[in-house]
Amino acid sequence: MDRLLSALAAGLVFGVGLALSGMTHAEKVLGFLDVSGRWDPSLLFVLGGAVGVTLVAFRYVLRRDAAVLGEEFRLPVTADIDRPLIVGAVVFGIGWGIAGYCPGPGLALLAAPSWETWVFVPAFFVGGALHRAFGPARG
Amino acid sequence: MDHFTPWSSLSGGILIGLGTVILLLFNGRLAGISGIAGGLLSPGRGDILWRVVFLSGLIVGAALYYRAFDGAPVARRDFPVWLLALAGALVGFGTSLGSGCTSGHGVCGLGRLSPRSAVATAIFLVTGIATTYVVRHWLGIY
Repeated sequence: MDRLLSALAAGLVFGVGLALSGMTHAEKVLGFLDVSGRWDPSLLFVLGGAVGVTLVAFRYVLRRDAAVLGEEFRLPVTADIDRPLIVGAVVFGIGWGIAGYCPGPGLALLAAPSWETWVFVPAFFVGGALHRAFGPARG
Repeated sequence: MDHFTPWSSLSGGILIGLGTVILLLFNGRLAGISGIAGGLLSPGRGDILWRVVFLSGLIVGAALYYRAFDGAPVARRDFPVWLLALAGALVGFGTSLGSGCTSGHGVCGLGRLSPRSAVATAIFLVTGIATTYVVRHWLGIY
């Protein structure tokens, strides 16, 4: 139960942050990615704020032997910069550059549903399922 | 939404970071959204509920913000449906293949000083910039 409450709290803070940051607005994200237009550097501030926090806090958190509620830390074990990592990042970047939604803002579409929600969210899960069913091993 | 929003974007970014830290500190999990959502497609036992609860929190958090400040995004009218569907599938496929997205590789990976995540982040940023250029300025789609 405690683990669900902390997951809920984490999700709520994350979701408020996403909405406040402007990243749930595809046009704002595309205004950042479109460096040749009227460039909007705001997303650098989102990334800077978020990484600033994790960079400092993770050092202290990961000194612990386990998470506060007793579970082991589940961290990636792969360190290789391999083909799936690179190809996956390219494919993701293409989709992100088209739509202006990465997965967090994409799922946050459900907070204010429109036609974009009912197209993007199912397509996102179909894409993930296609990779799991037929794609090469993950990076 | 105003064009350049350094303060709200920085504050939002800090909250995203805090949510990420809460999940790692209490649950021992990295808040990579593509990984948390993708895990619903091939879940292990006892591994579903926390994912659903976290993602529901994310959606409710955004909804609460919109309710309080009236900032909900408005859907684009002329964006082609098939192109948005293709983009969604590419985002799902690519983040599954590459094991992460803006939050997993960007926020969490850079926070852990992971060279792997730094490479992935640089690649999807550059690819995203190039793609947006093609879609907007060659194809004329907004």
